[in-house]
Amino acid sequence: MAVVTEDPSIHALRADVSRRKLFDLAFVIIGLVVLFASLLVLLVLFLDLVMQGAPRLNWDFFTSYASRKPENAGILAAWIGTTLIMVVTACVAMPIGVAAAIYLEEYAPKNWFTSIIEINVTNLAGVPSIIYGLLALGLFVYKFSLGQSIAAAGLTLALLILPIVIVATREAVRAVPRTIREAAYALGATRWEVTAHHVLPNSMGGVLTGMIIGLSRAIGETAPIITIGALSFIAFLPSPPLTAEFPFLSFAWLRDSFTAMPIQMFNWVSRPDPGFRVNAAAAGAILLGMTLLMNGVAIWLRYRFRKRINW
Amino acid sequence: MTAHSSSPASLRRSIRRRRVRDRLIEALLLAAGLVAVFTTLAIVWILVVEALPFFEHVPLRDFLTDTMWTPLFAEPRYGILPLVAGTLVTTFVALLVAIPAGTIIAIYLSEFASHRLRETVKPALEMLGAVPTIVYGYFALVMVTPFLQKFFPGLPGFNMLSAGLVIGSMIVPYVASVSEDAMRAVPNYMREGSYATGATRFQTATRVVVPAALSGIAAAYILGISRAVGETMVVAVAAGLQPNLTWNPAESAATITAFIVQVSLGDLPHDSIGYQSIFAAGLVLLLITLVFNIAGFALTRRFREAY
Repeated sequence: MAVVTEDPSIHALRADVSRRKLFDLAFVIIGLVVLFASLLVLLVLFLDLVMQGAPRLNWDFFTSYASRKPENAGILAAWIGTTLIMVVTACVAMPIGVAAAIYLEEYAPKNWFTSIIEINVTNLAGVPSIIYGLLALGLFVYKFSLGQSIAAAGLTLALLILPIVIVATREAVRAVPRTIREAAYALGATRWEVTAHHVLPNSMGGVLTGMIIGLSRAIGETAPIITIGALSFIAFLPSPPLTAEFPFLSFAWLRDSFTAMPIQMFNWVSRPDPGFRVNAAAAGAILLGMTLLMNGVAIWLRYRFRKRINW
Repeated sequence: MTAHSSSPASLRRSIRRRRVRDRLIEALLLAAGLVAVFTTLAIVWILVVEALPFFEHVPLRDFLTDTMWTPLFAEPRYGILPLVAGTLVTTFVALLVAIPAGTIIAIYLSEFASHRLRETVKPALEMLGAVPTIVYGYFALVMVTPFLQKFFPGLPGFNMLSAGLVIGSMIVPYVASVSEDAMRAVPNYMREGSYATGATRFQTATRVVVPAALSGIAAAYILGISRAVGETMVVAVAAGLQPNLTWNPAESAATITAFIVQVSLGDLPHDSIGYQSIFAAGLVLLLITLVFNIAGFALTRRFREAY
């Protein structure tokens, strides 16, 4: 377009264009500010916990029980309780979650029944965690008479992370190309042989990532465990899982009462004594460090497996 | 593989055995899938069964209209309204933070940020979403409240404002990540069409991409609301445990979740009214999240744009 004489309205148009470009720039700045402000929260949170908790972050903290004196108190019972609960959770959630995901991806016919299962999985992911605590209190603690035990806590958290494990496994299974399945079927493999020999090994990375993310969620969950009735003051350990006599393994610890890291931290936060605040910060730093570490490992694993795939 | 023997009879046997094994395994896998269904049924069943004795004791009318909630007092009153008000106020404050911040981050990451920035920031946001809620509770009580008190000297040590603000920043990653996924799913030709008419990135984002992704963005908001309503530890630590019928976020008040925690901390006998009352409160909480989810589902259907 060869405009020789300038139309006066071109000035208005130019002004309009530059105003819109300014909007664009303004949004870039706002976006960056909001983005980094929310990331800053994480940094401030972690640094503050470490700095506040620094006086208590030493070996004794890990090897002493809770105490009435803040400077003597430690997290021995709490971290052992958390570890045992996580063992139960992982042992329950992993097989059930993976099996459910394989059913939905590889076996389930497309009908109303399958969609009921799918809708259920989606909805369960949105149920508040404290509702799981009430479910566990009514069902595991009283109806199944598991009592306020490590088994009850582990099962509760397993139900809680089941949707996470199922969704992650389904994604991983879906990413395995059809051609691999077709090749196996063509050689006469049954459906289970195709799944067990080809689909599962090829999706292990995604399954593992989902499991770690699920466990990192479970490790910090406080509300459901409080509802079950975790004790906050505990000065003994669950019975040891390894024994001197045959068969060397004991499962008595499953029935023992317990405390866990987030419970211990909640107990310390709720006390007015500033000494306990320091303990709370130290426990929080360890808890946060654990979850960040687990998530970091999960992200790294995902990245690695994604890079290795070459179909 | 077991079928090395070549006689037809043994081959047939092996095939039959493998078929039977496949059937068995399929049944096992189906059973695992049904765990999800049973969990949902068990949640509803347990809440209803354990709350029923409560409603035999307390008329539904009082439960819904009484303005006091003091089930553990000598003269108990059972009006759920104060707890519902506390829940709604903290949720509202949280959404005031989470919805604008989450949406801005989502638009920025999806439409403006370079590929490298997005790939670096998304895992960091994911980590932010993984921080245990009790840690956020500590953050609200020990850092945010004293900070707010510098500006509002009258602010009590326990208040819904700081709890709500912290819950808000806690759910920003969820809102951002789900909305961003929805915006990234908008096909590129729509953006190209918009750019071709001379629109800026901001115009394309707000007039083309956001409307096209609206159903997904609505789902993200609903997810955020559910999380804020069900959030427990932040309010239990920072908002106070005293039921208080108020709409003022600067006051201290208990939420439904905080009440359940408070009762659970004590040692209540199985058949006491206190024990039953937490299931009644849990039922109300589940119904509130259900209402939001149904509303979200309806919204999603209404705004779904076909492309």
